[in-house]
Amino acid sequence: MHNSSRRGFMGKAFGAVAGVGAVGSLVAMKKSWDPLPSVKAAGFTTLDMTIYPEGELITEKWRGKPIFVLKKTAEMIASQTESQKARSVTVGGSEFMIAIGLCTHLGCIPSYNPAEKSFLCACHGGMFNWAGEVTKVPPPRAFDIPPFKIEGNNMILGEVGPEYKAMKDSGITL
Amino acid sequence: MAHFTKATSVKDWLNQRLAIEKVEKVMASEYWIPKNINFLWAMGMILAITFALLLVSGIFLLMYYQPHVDFAFDSVNYTIMREVDFGWLWRHVHGVAASVVFLVIYIHMFTGIYYGSYKKGREMIWISGMLLFVTFSAEAFSGYMLPWGQMSYWAGMVITNIFSLGDLHLDGLVEWIRGDYVPAQAFLTRFFMLHVLLLPLAIMGLIGLHFAALRIPHVNNQDGEEIDFEAESKKYLDGDKAGSKVMRFGNDFLSKDMMVVGVFLIFFFYLVFYNYSFALDPVNFDPADMLKTPAHIYPEWYFLWSYEILRPFSVNIGLIAFGFAQVIFVLLPWLDRSPNVAPANRRGAFSIWFWLLLIDMIVLTAMGKLPPEGIFSTIGLVAALGFIILWVALPFITMNEKKV
Repeated sequence: MHNSSRRGFMGKAFGAVAGVGAVGSLVAMKKSWDPLPSVKAAGFTTLDMTIYPEGELITEKWRGKPIFVLKKTAEMIASQTESQKARSVTVGGSEFMIAIGLCTHLGCIPSYNPAEKSFLCACHGGMFNWAGEVTKVPPPRAFDIPPFKIEGNNMILGEVGPEYKAMKDSGITL
Repeated sequence: MAHFTKATSVKDWLNQRLAIEKVEKVMASEYWIPKNINFLWAMGMILAITFALLLVSGIFLLMYYQPHVDFAFDSVNYTIMREVDFGWLWRHVHGVAASVVFLVIYIHMFTGIYYGSYKKGREMIWISGMLLFVTFSAEAFSGYMLPWGQMSYWAGMVITNIFSLGDLHLDGLVEWIRGDYVPAQAFLTRFFMLHVLLLPLAIMGLIGLHFAALRIPHVNNQDGEEIDFEAESKKYLDGDKAGSKVMRFGNDFLSKDMMVVGVFLIFFFYLVFYNYSFALDPVNFDPADMLKTPAHIYPEWYFLWSYEILRPFSVNIGLIAFGFAQVIFVLLPWLDRSPNVAPANRRGAFSIWFWLLLIDMIVLTAMGKLPPEGIFSTIGLVAALGFIILWVALPFITMNEKKV
């Protein structure tokens, strides 16, 4: 009896040591799969917003994802609804539609139809209007807006500025 | 230490050290197989052989494949296909086997369902089999990534996005799985690791478990008859081979297995040499482009049915339906409430259920391949709902089943 309780104690002590080691190694395993520092450091892109032509969709690249940049025409600005206005980004006096160009359903790139001024995602048939709002499901929400900061005529993607923070807080983007 | 005597032969020398006679008995000569089973029971052996083909061809591909986003595509499509002598053979064997293995898995699964081989006592055979199916699916998906073509890239994008779980928005989890904001180098290298090491190891372990699970309940048979294996095998060993209901696995039953394997291999190599292109999607011969999605993306044929269950619904409901489709087969031994172990054709309503399920999955597969427009969307939605209804109805159908 005396002996078996000693063995029991040793068993429990070993279990505790092994348990600490197991938890420690799980932390290491989790962390080794995190994006590398070099990947994170490359996660910023600066766009010069003066170069975009009006009414034409330009695709930029940020963190490997396509970024839709559409400088709105006077006609678009005039016809904007309240919710579309809330998604608008103003840089250097011009209004832009800025969005991550991935369908919010499962992440394919919708293609832009300039005649219809709309986006169609071929994967599951979702549609968006030129302001980035959903016009046909399955996408659950409008295009996401990448974190941005405005500095003069430049826009820095990947940094959070006050305009972006306001959009996030009001639930316009995730 | 055990007592060793001077060996009389090489076999005796090994036998004293490795007990090979005992191993031979357990694995073959006294591993008992019922006599009344048809060619559908040979699917397990076909799967074992196909897995071996995948392993060998994979080893040869591995010698030239480069897991780097800049070189992966060319290492497969140029180096292996054009430079390496017989490289094309390994790739075609690997590609065709990856596709055909699923066809055989489905036949194996539906054979089990038809004959009630998942019933009381054989639950572990069924569960270990379903775990194998899931692991094979992960193995196929991770392998599909490696040539780093357009379909690889976008399949990687879409499938990993599923892990954000709709409105839960677990984007951090998705980035963690990828090791980047989009599928990139970290993603390719870790899926390479999964495909060539971790998942094959898991598969081999599970195959061991699947075989071990057969040892005690033994193989089911065509009539669902409960055989007293001890009495029958004793009869066989005492010389009444004709009167016994069982036979040796090796080398008696094995000859029948190998006959079916032989026919299969002729079909398999016909595909490898003359029809390999069915397993190679043309879209995947465009290198991965992160700024352009192909017009239609769809998975390989063997995932189409579960893809189509995801597709017709809004994102959250779709994910729930998809999750349901992934796990529901595992629960089959408990959803089938009837104690009858008998072929479906003797079980009344269950027989209708079986054929409806099979037809429904074929319809889902066909709709999954077609673009999600018009009437195809509607048929897809009905078939997806049908799949769910069939599984929900199963316990009620089988509860009142008559004893056969």
